[in-house]
Amino acid sequence: MGRIHLKGVRKAFGDVIVIPSIDLDIADGEFVVFVGPSGCGKSTLLRLIAGLEDVTSGRVDIDGVDMTNVPPAKRGLSMVFQSYALYPHMSVRSNIAFGLKMAGESPEIIKQKVEKAAATLNLSSYLDRKPRQLSGGQRQRVAIGRAIVREPKAFLFDEPLSNLDAALRVQMRLEITQLHQQLATTMIYVTHDQVEAMTMADKIVVLNAGNIEQVGAPLELYNTPANLFVAGFIGSPKMNLLNGAIAAKFGAGTIGIRPEHIATARDRGEWQGVVRVAEHLGSDTFLHVDAETIGRITARAPGELALAAGDKVGLTPRPDRIHRFDSDGRAMRA
Amino acid sequence: MATRQTRILAHAATAPSTLVLFLWMIVPLAMTIYFSLLRYSLLDPGNESFIGLVNYEYFLSDPAFFAALFNTLKLVGGVLLISVVGGILLALLLDQPCWGRGIVRLMVIAPFFVMPTVSALIWKNLLMHPVQGLFAWIANLLGLQPIDWFAQAPLTAITLIVAWQWLPFATLILLTAIQSLDEEQKEAAEMDGTPPLSFFFYIVLPHLARPITVVILIETIFLLNVFAEILVTTGGGPGNLTTNIPFLVYAQALLQFDVGGASAGGIIAVILANIVAIFLVRMIGRNLEA
Ligand SMILES: Nc1ncnc2c1ncn2[C@@H]1O[C@H](COP(=O)(O)OP(=O)(O)OP(=O)(O)O)[C@@H](O)[C@H]1O
Ligand SMILES: [Mg+2]
Repeated sequence: MGRIHLKGVRKAFGDVIVIPSIDLDIADGEFVVFVGPSGCGKSTLLRLIAGLEDVTSGRVDIDGVDMTNVPPAKRGLSMVFQSYALYPHMSVRSNIAFGLKMAGESPEIIKQKVEKAAATLNLSSYLDRKPRQLSGGQRQRVAIGRAIVREPKAFLFDEPLSNLDAALRVQMRLEITQLHQQLATTMIYVTHDQVEAMTMADKIVVLNAGNIEQVGAPLELYNTPANLFVAGFIGSPKMNLLNGAIAAKFGAGTIGIRPEHIATARDRGEWQGVVRVAEHLGSDTFLHVDAETIGRITARAPGELALAAGDKVGLTPRPDRIHRFDSDGRAMRA
Repeated sequence: MATRQTRILAHAATAPSTLVLFLWMIVPLAMTIYFSLLRYSLLDPGNESFIGLVNYEYFLSDPAFFAALFNTLKLVGGVLLISVVGGILLALLLDQPCWGRGIVRLMVIAPFFVMPTVSALIWKNLLMHPVQGLFAWIANLLGLQPIDWFAQAPLTAITLIVAWQWLPFATLILLTAIQSLDEEQKEAAEMDGTPPLSFFFYIVLPHLARPITVVILIETIFLLNVFAEILVTTGGGPGNLTTNIPFLVYAQALLQFDVGGASAGGIIAVILANIVAIFLVRMIGRNLEA
């Protein structure tokens, strides 16, 4: 079980209010990702759930029990830290076993559980090494191993992949997703990488300045962003946000259109413009276009489209994919 | 030094200072060795003669030598024990967030700045004095017989004084080490539900292994040479209960006016210090690697 419920959770450091008030429900077995720009309070929120910080006011319930004032170790959660936080002088085996040892488990059970976790994470042949003799990815796995042996109600991850290189990050991302499927335990995962958020999450929580902007499944956020912030944050490259006359034509304060929802052609199009930068990725080409009257637009073209800087291009947005926002930045539903 | 070129350059650049340092060390050492081979008494100047290793024989066969050797070891060991254990405890205490921590830290560091002679005099006359000392006063208050420190436990008294001087050094180094303990590691231990004592023994102490090694190495070098505290308090006595090797050398040279014998003693002290150093580096220097 691992149902987590936050009720009016508020956190201030001295006079600085980092999290004004958050209500959030996390169901058992869910993979929830907290995403948002740097400094928006993702880590703080995670640490409040973990119990590493005290809430200023509000309640944290885990499985229906009020855990607001319960110390971290008693909450039944495990955390994987960004720096891994392995104990440097202990072997991998002792690192993984440490939590169980502190919990007073018997040596046979510890051995059994450590070996099971090591097998799950492909660490069996490294058990007697010290952390410094491991690669970044292996350390990461040890940190996860340390979390899973305790069989927690939920896992908390704080940017666990940010110290890894791109290729390893993709691989570990998959491994964590698989681990989640295998264990079916609640996981809360903090990242500022929206690709990680989109690919891993059952549910994404978009945070901005300590407030929840929107909660929803990845595609829900992609297809129906609740406001300008989410619209701009989810999706890569970013959604084009246009205001002024063009938005007024749609009866909105701002309209948004994603680069992938704009058709490009050499000659014809609703909007005409000049390519300023063309980024050729092979599969796709991202065109940064100066469109007359509406400004800079990013559009995704197929990789074969051989356009270069300085070429003329015609852009046609898909009308059903235009997002409309009112003057307060909230989405307008038709 | 990546390439041969830079290596050669580095050697050339450091050669002059290496030479000066070498001369700085070798001239006094050579002179001491030379004196140690002479019959050279200050009572009979101008009559020096070469006598080979007789001074060494004489110094090493003196029962006072072995007493001094053991006193030296006891003193070094005692001070190391007190300053390291006390230093760890104090450092842990000073690491706790509390009101006025800055001032407390400053006060803890203070003894390190007090000259050995001054601190020894203060301890002797104001604290440990059997009649007017603070300890005697406390003992009287509790209805106990005051201890006459320098008569009943002279070496312990000196050990306490020297330990008091070195405690701040150990505390300071260990405190910075404790503060460098990774914050996330502490939190990981907290999530693991580590009780305070286990936290200390499994996380903090291993983290301190290296700084403790440094403290032991540095302190040992200085503690082998404790002199002023003995001169000011007991003068090596009663008998030779508080005579360590440096004090014995001093007594030989300036109380018995035997420069040759004192030089031999000095050389023996150098050899002993080197043996201890090699022993220490071998035994705990491993902690410094990696
Ligand atoms: N101990 C603290 N004292 C005061 N302010 C703090 C403290 N910890 C965090 N903050 C502030 O709270 C805000 C949120 O910090 P937090 O670490 O939660 O951000 P984050 O979303 O995790 O950012 P990042 O993606 O950079 O890790 C920041 O503005 C930070 O300056
Ligand atoms: Mg963070």
